[in-house]
Amino acid sequence: MTAIALRMRRSFDLKNRRNRQRLIANTIGLFILVFMIFPVYWMVATAFKPPRDILRFDPKWIPSPFTLDNFDDAVHRPYFWDNVKNSVIIVGVVVVLSLVVGFLAALAIARFSFYGRRAFIVVIIGVQMIPATALIIPLYILLARANQVDRLTGVIITYLTFVLPFTVWTLRGFIMGIPRDLEEAAMVDGCTRFGAFMRILLPLIAPGLVATSVFAFVLAWNEFIFAYVLLSSQEHQTLTVWLASFTTSRGTAYGPLMAAATLTSLPVVIFFALVQRKVAFGLTAGAVRG
Amino acid sequence: MSVAPRAATSAADLGLSDRRRSRGLRAGIRDNVTPYLLLLPTIAVLVGVLAWPLYWLGRISFEHFGLEELIAHKGTWTGLDNYREILGNREFWHIVLRTVVFTVVNVGLTMLFSTLIALLLVRMGRFMRVALLVGLVWVWATPVVVAITIWQWMVDFQFGVFNWAITKLHIANLVHYNWFDNSLTGFAVITAVVVWGAIPFAAITIYAGLSQVPQELVEAAEVDGARPWQVFRRVTFPLVKPIFVIITSLSIIWDFQVFNQVWIMLENRPSPDYYLLSVFAFVSSFRVSQYGLGAAISVVMVLLMLSVSFVYVRQMIQISEVDQ
Repeated sequence: MTAIALRMRRSFDLKNRRNRQRLIANTIGLFILVFMIFPVYWMVATAFKPPRDILRFDPKWIPSPFTLDNFDDAVHRPYFWDNVKNSVIIVGVVVVLSLVVGFLAALAIARFSFYGRRAFIVVIIGVQMIPATALIIPLYILLARANQVDRLTGVIITYLTFVLPFTVWTLRGFIMGIPRDLEEAAMVDGCTRFGAFMRILLPLIAPGLVATSVFAFVLAWNEFIFAYVLLSSQEHQTLTVWLASFTTSRGTAYGPLMAAATLTSLPVVIFFALVQRKVAFGLTAGAVRG
Repeated sequence: MSVAPRAATSAADLGLSDRRRSRGLRAGIRDNVTPYLLLLPTIAVLVGVLAWPLYWLGRISFEHFGLEELIAHKGTWTGLDNYREILGNREFWHIVLRTVVFTVVNVGLTMLFSTLIALLLVRMGRFMRVALLVGLVWVWATPVVVAITIWQWMVDFQFGVFNWAITKLHIANLVHYNWFDNSLTGFAVITAVVVWGAIPFAAITIYAGLSQVPQELVEAAEVDGARPWQVFRRVTFPLVKPIFVIITSLSIIWDFQVFNQVWIMLENRPSPDYYLLSVFAFVSSFRVSQYGLGAAISVVMVLLMLSVSFVYVRQMIQISEVDQ
């Protein structure tokens, strides 16, 4: 066989191999999907089962009969609504603060060249590596000194340690995705720097702002250790601390526990589903450039 | 914070989108005051909530700082005593070793599974790919406290679905088996939670990198008779290596400081054979009120991670410079 014939033959074989590969990949992919998603399914399924279907050695795969009692039980446990409220307040304030403050800094490092820019970037990336267990020790001592332990303000301050660097870095990425030529063109056409910012950058960055705020929301909503250390009284705790203390205080009431876990992850899952599209949109919006 | 910045490194940040390098960009606007004014609020916050506490962390690590000192707001300087105490403690070195082994196992498994899943994602049909990606994102979005609770329930010694499955499959008889009686099987469960939670971010990011590899390169190599493993080693891997470096170093940093999974899984009172460095620092500070000792442990922990952090920061900077 000549070399060319050999190559054509190989190319043909490759196509066949591709199809076979796809079939195999799809089959393994299905297994992986089932294994990965099973824990989440098991949480939701358990949440809808009556106790006798939960506490049995042979598991019941589908919740029938179907009940909402576990959810009813979970939301009527002491401090549930207090702690939902605390989580919402803390997360809301942290997200707004870090978004406003972080956006300005992101603008500076994405759009200006100045002395110390690289050092600032190193700091922003570097501080995200500091373990929370290390930071909480001095933070606790300092907040105790300032009488801010067991108060939401103390927790809000500590959450800025990890949410703010995150928003600065993420927003920087989004701002850089928007071509500077657009702003420059507007300025050439007679817009002021501020005008170009308001008319060009801000509308284009909106999806990025939404995506970043949702990611920041998720970070703050999921946080455990700072809230756990700083908020000692039950009515001041956050939802994650409430959920983590569920087993210890109640033994193994798995139905209500799984209902509570479902409720805790619900806002995150919803927001994540929303943001996935926004992020994709933000990225494509960034890709359509001059 | 273990799960925290996971979302930070999106495909865009890693420079995966083929950004045009425009010369005008960096040279563009020169302005002396504006950037500093824009940075001012962030710097003020960072100094207040990070630099100041970090200074205190270092300072307390040289002090005797217990409950009395906490109330009096003042520690007693003891020089290197805290460091001498932990470094001379054999138990401490056991914990360091345990943490290192734990990190190696978790990072290894995370990278192995994520790479395999990413390679599969590239080869799948469209429908299956979207389905798997949605599943992965769902796992990604599950809060870590929720994940821990679910796994607690799945390995419950009486009614856990895990014990049932393993018993039914005749792998072992696990009727009424408590996984946490033995720290080895206990850590197996903790590893499962950590790796399960870490796979989505790593797999999706690696997949994003792989899908940027020009298909022609792969095909050319295949037509020239390269075996799949050779294609991966010689063509694909070199192109996605920066992403591998970033994900691996991030995973090392995160897994080295795992705390929640141990603490919550063992219901706020892990026995000493479950101590990892972060748990040890936490117990020393907040259970026995030896804040100075806890601070010293944390400082040692940060120093141990420093080289990995350095690799990570450097790679991030390099990639972000390419962006400009």
